[in-house]
Amino acid sequence: MIQLRPGPIPLILAALIAVFLLMPLIAVIPVSFTPNRYLSVPDAEWSLRHYRSLIDKPVWAEGIWLSIRIGLVASAVATALATAFALGIWMLQPRFAGLLMGLALLPMVAPPVVSALTLYFFLITLSKVNGIVAYDTWAGVALAHAVMIAPFAVVLISVALSQLDRRIDLAARSMGAGVLTRVFGVILPNIRFTLLTALFLTFVLSWEEIGVTLFITSVNAVTLPRLMWMGLRDNIDPAIAAISVVLIAIVVAVILGKTLWQLRKAK
Amino acid sequence: MTSRHILLLGPLLLLLGAAYLVPFLGVMQWSVTLPEPGLGQYRTALTDPLVLGVVWRTLRICALVTVLSVAAAYVMTLVWVRGGPVARLVVELCILIPFWISVLTRAFGWLALLSNKGLVNGWLQTIGIISEPLTLVRNEFGVVLGMVHFLIPFAVFPLASSMRAVDERVLMATRGMGASRARIFWQVFVPMTKSGILGAVLLVFVFALGFFVTPAILGGGRSVMVAELIYLRIFQSPDWGLGAAISVILMIAVGALLALMLRQTKGAAR
Repeated sequence: MIQLRPGPIPLILAALIAVFLLMPLIAVIPVSFTPNRYLSVPDAEWSLRHYRSLIDKPVWAEGIWLSIRIGLVASAVATALATAFALGIWMLQPRFAGLLMGLALLPMVAPPVVSALTLYFFLITLSKVNGIVAYDTWAGVALAHAVMIAPFAVVLISVALSQLDRRIDLAARSMGAGVLTRVFGVILPNIRFTLLTALFLTFVLSWEEIGVTLFITSVNAVTLPRLMWMGLRDNIDPAIAAISVVLIAIVVAVILGKTLWQLRKAK
Repeated sequence: MTSRHILLLGPLLLLLGAAYLVPFLGVMQWSVTLPEPGLGQYRTALTDPLVLGVVWRTLRICALVTVLSVAAAYVMTLVWVRGGPVARLVVELCILIPFWISVLTRAFGWLALLSNKGLVNGWLQTIGIISEPLTLVRNEFGVVLGMVHFLIPFAVFPLASSMRAVDERVLMATRGMGASRARIFWQVFVPMTKSGILGAVLLVFVFALGFFVTPAILGGGRSVMVAELIYLRIFQSPDWGLGAAISVILMIAVGALLALMLRQTKGAAR
């Protein structure tokens, strides 16, 4: 059957919207080469000084390293807990499964600013009893991020499980497999790709988290987004443009690589 | 409750209970005890002209942003779902790339474009249309642009699933009976994707209500929205009780909208 294709009007509109979507990402590139100390477009002279300052100033490397560490811990914790939870819902089919699921997804659907205030309350309360998992510490940020990103892992893994054929688990059970064998030998290997996706997605979400991080850190746990935020508010530091170009380049490279790989595979 | 239930479901529920539910009760407690016990902060939140002004601005910006981003997303989704292979690929990349780039980087991109020494003012001055830079950012205009830019990819997903569900034969039938392209689009295709449009509108509106980063950067403190007001009441001119009360109201409002959305999707499934 011939599909009705969109006519010229939607195509032109879509092209304009595409420009709108890409424009601010491209605009960052010239700004990052400015020789000036303030946000501006270079006219005659192009300079690499802001890229240099990313390497020369240790704050950037510290921020990146802190964000990686928090992202790794938070995504591992979130994915592990989410996997157990989704498995529990799928295997045990408990009563009030809908209610439990709603609870597990709460941090994802609540307004980010309310979550931020809630986690701020949580961490300043914890600060009164210990200094490790507390306000403005890396462990506190990792725990708060784990709370915020776990729902996304729950959604991904639950969807994958709902598409899994229950009969393979029943077959394993009827042949005498114990719970551990069923989980680690049968169910998890079948959704391993989703588990990796969940780890990756939750890592990225933690890596770029700013709304909650802003409420629960001040001067010690300065993650990369927090550092960018500080350089964005008043006098805009063009080093933000340089780091933005680096971040955009990574995303574009990964997505283009994935698209090309899929196109080649489709052939 | 067996030990298996506790072992599998317990850890996540424990984390969310301890780190989210109980602290949220604490925030509610702030809202009725700071600075003095009573519902005074709720009275302030619902009658104070400053707070009401911010609420009114938030609703106005969110409504505008929702209309613009759902309309733009509708066009993009249309080409993505029904376009030729090249158009499809281009649209997919234009949606996915911004989607994976952080909200900070995207807000910064708008600053690079629109600030006084940014690209747009630079071009306009070089061509000679203007002599003084235009104020394009640090105001509501910048906030709306930045938010629409952020929200378009999110609106695409509910729209795409409803457009994929459209029965091709209905379109062919209307075509066969001589309907023009415009008529097929407005009178057949759009009504058939109504549930996706409603889903996208609610999703974008809910997201926009609690939005913090983009308005704070692109609004430059001049067009404060509800989320930023909460931040300011907690950290800059502290009135924790009022910040907490506004948070509770925001949570209830978003909860009501989500309940509406759930009912809508259930209704559509029936």
